[in-house]
Amino acid sequence: MSKIICSAAIRGAYQIVDKADKKLSEAIAQKGRDCKVEFPNTAYYLPIIYSMTAIAVKTLEDCVHVLGLARSMLPPLPAEKHWVPYLGHTLDAGMATLFAEEIYEACKYLIGPHPVDGIWLGAADDIIMRERGIEFVDGTAPGFAAIVGCAPDADTAVKIARELQQKNLYVFIQSDNLGVSFAEQLAEKGVQMGWDTRLVPFGKETSAAVYSLGFANRAALSFGNVPPGDFKRNLLYNKNRIFAFVLALGTRVTDEQYANAAGAINYGFPTITNIDIPEILPTGVCTYEHVVSRVPVDKIVDKCVEVRGLKISIHKIDIPVAYGPAFEGERIRKEDMQIEIGGPGTPAFEYVCAKEIDEVEDGKIQVIGPDLDQIPPGPGVSLGIMVEVYGRKMQPDFEPIFERQMHRFLGEAQGLFHMGQRDIIRHRISKDAFKAGFRIKHIGNIIHAKFHADFGAILDKVQVTFYTKKEDVERLLKEVRTAYAERDARLKGMTDESVNMFYSCTLCQSFAPTHICVVSPERSGLCGSVSWLDGKAGYEINPTGPNQPIERGKVVDDRLGQWEGTNSFIYNGSNRSLEKVSLYSIMTDPMTSCGCFECISAMLPMTNGIMVVDRDFTEMTPCGMKFSTLAGTVGGGLQTPGFMGHSKFYLSSRKFISADGGLARVVWMPKALKEELGEMLVKTAESLGLEDFVNKVADETVAQTEEEVLAYLQKVNHPVLTLAPMF
Amino acid sequence: MDEKQKTVDQIMLDRMKEIKVETMYDRYHAQLPQCGYGSLALCCRHCNYGPCNIDPFGPGPKKGVCGADANTFAARHYLRMSGAGTACHSDHARAAAHLLVSTARGEAPGYRIKDVDKLMMVAECFGVKTKDRKINEIAEEVGEMALMEFGKPYGTLLFLKRAPEARQKIWEKLGIAPRAIDREVTESMHRTGMGGDQDYRNLTKQAMRVSLADGWGGCMIATELQDIMFGTPKPVQGRSNLGVLKKDHVNIVVHGHEPQLAESIVLAASDPEVEKAAKAVGAKGLVVAGLCCTANELLVRHGIPMAGHMTMQEGAISTGAVEVMVVDIQCVMQALAETAKHFHTKLVTTLSKAKIHGAEHVEFEDEHALEAAKKIIMMAIENYKNRDNKKVFIPSASEPNLIAGFSHETIKYMLGGRFRASYRPLNDNIMNGRIRGVVGIAGCTSPRVEAGEESYVSMVKELIANDFLVVATGCAAGQCASGGLMLPELKDACGKGLKEVCEAVGIPPVLHSGACVDNSRILIACSEMAKEGGLGNDISDLPVAGACLEWMSEKAIAIGQFFVASGIYVVFGMNSPVAGAPDMQRLLTKEMEEMVGARWDFEKDLKKIGRMLMDHIEKKRDALGINVKKERKLYDMAERRALERECKPVP
Repeated sequence: MSKIICSAAIRGAYQIVDKADKKLSEAIAQKGRDCKVEFPNTAYYLPIIYSMTAIAVKTLEDCVHVLGLARSMLPPLPAEKHWVPYLGHTLDAGMATLFAEEIYEACKYLIGPHPVDGIWLGAADDIIMRERGIEFVDGTAPGFAAIVGCAPDADTAVKIARELQQKNLYVFIQSDNLGVSFAEQLAEKGVQMGWDTRLVPFGKETSAAVYSLGFANRAALSFGNVPPGDFKRNLLYNKNRIFAFVLALGTRVTDEQYANAAGAINYGFPTITNIDIPEILPTGVCTYEHVVSRVPVDKIVDKCVEVRGLKISIHKIDIPVAYGPAFEGERIRKEDMQIEIGGPGTPAFEYVCAKEIDEVEDGKIQVIGPDLDQIPPGPGVSLGIMVEVYGRKMQPDFEPIFERQMHRFLGEAQGLFHMGQRDIIRHRISKDAFKAGFRIKHIGNIIHAKFHADFGAILDKVQVTFYTKKEDVERLLKEVRTAYAERDARLKGMTDESVNMFYSCTLCQSFAPTHICVVSPERSGLCGSVSWLDGKAGYEINPTGPNQPIERGKVVDDRLGQWEGTNSFIYNGSNRSLEKVSLYSIMTDPMTSCGCFECISAMLPMTNGIMVVDRDFTEMTPCGMKFSTLAGTVGGGLQTPGFMGHSKFYLSSRKFISADGGLARVVWMPKALKEELGEMLVKTAESLGLEDFVNKVADETVAQTEEEVLAYLQKVNHPVLTLAPMF
Repeated sequence: MDEKQKTVDQIMLDRMKEIKVETMYDRYHAQLPQCGYGSLALCCRHCNYGPCNIDPFGPGPKKGVCGADANTFAARHYLRMSGAGTACHSDHARAAAHLLVSTARGEAPGYRIKDVDKLMMVAECFGVKTKDRKINEIAEEVGEMALMEFGKPYGTLLFLKRAPEARQKIWEKLGIAPRAIDREVTESMHRTGMGGDQDYRNLTKQAMRVSLADGWGGCMIATELQDIMFGTPKPVQGRSNLGVLKKDHVNIVVHGHEPQLAESIVLAASDPEVEKAAKAVGAKGLVVAGLCCTANELLVRHGIPMAGHMTMQEGAISTGAVEVMVVDIQCVMQALAETAKHFHTKLVTTLSKAKIHGAEHVEFEDEHALEAAKKIIMMAIENYKNRDNKKVFIPSASEPNLIAGFSHETIKYMLGGRFRASYRPLNDNIMNGRIRGVVGIAGCTSPRVEAGEESYVSMVKELIANDFLVVATGCAAGQCASGGLMLPELKDACGKGLKEVCEAVGIPPVLHSGACVDNSRILIACSEMAKEGGLGNDISDLPVAGACLEWMSEKAIAIGQFFVASGIYVVFGMNSPVAGAPDMQRLLTKEMEEMVGARWDFEKDLKKIGRMLMDHIEKKRDALGINVKKERKLYDMAERRALERECKPVP
């Protein structure tokens, strides 16, 4: 009976609020009421509290206030006899629990024990949240399993983790069962954990559950354009967008764990467990059941997915190792590798080319030369991967697009590590994979299966040939390099004026409902992964999908980059919340952002220019905000003149904020970004007539505040000084 | 019948027989056989050409002096009943609106604005500005706007827009969207006078309109404004039946309908001086208990015990332990004055519009409510010494035996807490069949039904055993409470599906929603269900139904008709109020369905009504396509994207 669960959850909530109270008093005693409190590098304060109440907790004093609020939300325990309805009460108690635990965990950052310790990672910062958020957006990660407790034994833990990984789910780990945690079981078996493998150990205490749920809240704030304090939409966003659930493993459920499960139900995240506890089967707050128990561990992952209402389509690929996005981040160390393909001095390539119908035999996979069992272990293996495709809708322009996807396709096989592209590839195959029977030809199986699965609308036939003899590879490389060069030349000549059609990308509308990227040849999508050609191919692959052609139509403003077609597309596609968008301006109707941007440009009024910061730069910037805080201002489908998210590629475009003065406006960017863009940026600057421009752009080594930037500009005579005022 | 199985009502009636106190049951039997023409609505006394009768069977007259036929007789009668019922609730509502205005102006000591959220909700509905304004200013304007609803010269009622859009369109199309409440009542009187409206269909349309002015006007204004002043009901433990009176306490029973009297008595009674005074006369304390709808109002807001429903008013006095029975208006029987004479009990009337010959009168005005309340309490304390302990007979002590307080807001909250409050879980579990549907029971208790029969209790037991959730108001709720159906433990008497839901939420299978004006809460709940989605887009699509088994008051007719005109199938027990006019009967029980998507049924055999309600709801379920077993839907990425409605910002 669920009264048992509700009573336990409410009891647990009282305990947790008391515990947080005690911790907070200790923190205040040691640090004082005005002491700053935060999770590392996030613009969302304590995110659950912030998203539910709009209260920005900044000091311990603020915590006192919020903890009072949490306490006021604690309901009476259900009476033995003649009780009043307890479900609403229990959900409130669950939320009070989460508020209290965020305060508790935040105090741990101040006075210890520090949440980051050994295998435990503590709070995810905004960089991780945004990076991973993209995977929720494109569907590679439908949600997460919040694992509480531990499996019956370490082997079962590994099995469950692998099953979840294969279903593309993130695995967030917290809490224990009688002192043993699921994460410790994985560690015992040497399983790689961390964000890259989607196995994320947050903390051993139950209160670490707030890192899982706070992550979910932040996704809604950042991608869903949900304002802080709009608790209902935030929670419904989670119910409908983030297919997460609590997987409780072990032998018993503590009152504190029940309280957290009650908190999770507010998000529409049900609890599934192998433990013998009462069930709550009626639906409503969650999509289906709320608590399902006594599920055998060997069936539990399937049950979780069913209870959460999730459909996961896995294309079975005929290879002897596991396959799924969760393995993309897996690294293979030198001592674990069977062979390394490519690398310095070793010729290797991968190449996709379009052929005629009778030149391709679908499914034909050939290995010309020795396969893995005949190649001595170690580095320096030459490999040429030639993928020949035929399709009625295939265009040569799509070749590089498909080719680039091979990184993802191959990386997702367990034991296969893919780096680089074209003729600079460097792959590793692990010893374990080799032992499991993995051979070169299996790479062909993956390519064949994935090309059909993802590009079936365009391709009809795929054949793969592997060349493993060095001399073959060297010979072919010459031809292949010619092809690469032709492609580059073709792309380079492509300008916005040379096409009639732009493409939309509304992939992120599942998360940011009013945002639309308008992708043109000279302005790629802000995430950096959708070029104009990608948009074109995307439309061919799925004519009703997120990439739609936008006929530019009549010019509204040439300089700003506004056309009737783009404006009307934005108006209709943004739920009529936006009327106009400029492709070439940061000041007038700038393009909105979903939250996936590689870089943010922000005005520095004093300098009459803009600064650019990319997501890898976590330090303070001259505008007084870190990337994470800036991201909160820019994301969520809002037009904020003077601020804009964009791709790295756009910086090297001649159309980069050309309406506002173009590249010459850039006065500051992180050193690492300058280095990464390198030659590309130099060439663009030169073509715009800017001399020695990159060196005139300040970076953090010479200027950290706006004043310092200005001083530097004056010193180097930056061209921005001669430009007209920005506004 | 075995003594143990007797209900409290029966035990009390036996006692009254024993001590020779006349009851309504005695008087009812003395009336038999009741007038056949009257029963069939074939008697017209609207002018002095009459009384005219129409012979329903034989060769007697088929027309009145003016030529009006049976259908006109019945329809006029029907419209007057609807209008009178509407007048009752609405005059009650007017009093609440006046009180809100005087409270806001600080002219009604003892009253205050208790539920600001509700005030804001009503303000928004009325288009009253709230930004940067003081609470009292807003409340005053809301009160004044409410008063305007009774007599505004133009436009229709403001609360109509709380109904689903599809429903509003039907009202507009039929021309039955009510205008000012008083106008609809006046027009009803006008049209039913001699030589006025003589087309039974046209008269019935007006009956729908005036009733809608009741449900979406009078009742709703009363409910919402009372919530603003006295608090919106939340689940509370309560006690019911005559056992709530205490042998060694001063007992005051508050009977009638308007909570402002009862609220101020409760407030005045909480003064420690009162307890002292009670102790000074040898009592252990003071009990305030409610009766009839006053009891419902007090119970759902404060958990104040409920002495009984309407038919127990004489019984309460006959316990010999009531010092004062204080009454306001509606359903208060003149007989009480006579009953009180058998005991030391003082009957006190409080409203100049409702006096009873033989009762004492203490005038109750908003401005001096607390003083009047104190005066009445002191009368009771003083009267304690006159109690004759030999005459005291209280059937049994009463344990907490119900959970009450299921307002629309409570239902939303209990299904999702403060962060996820919604009707989604209710709709979901109706769609998946755990709950087959919702039945509202409302209205009166009647001496036509033997006291021990407990018609509501038996029907409700049948409904919950078949997984139908029940919402109850008025005296029907009173009977269910005494019958022990409003306890969460009653989940074990439910079918498997309803039981699971009751366990998950912690509710009883029968939800007490308040007094008869609080039927407006059911209208809002149904509108919310329709708007929540998945069960059609109008109230008439929902798998819900309503019933009143022992109807008595004209208010019941108005309530029944506003439910039907709002799209809810309604079954009344006993007799049809238009039984002698076949066309009129057909209009109510068949043709109305085509007009408003719902109709009436009248059924003499009360035991059949449960089945009728269930069959109707199953038909609605079939029409919605939710009776087909559905595969569990699993969402892939594209389908998750399509789950947009709930996530998108409001444009």
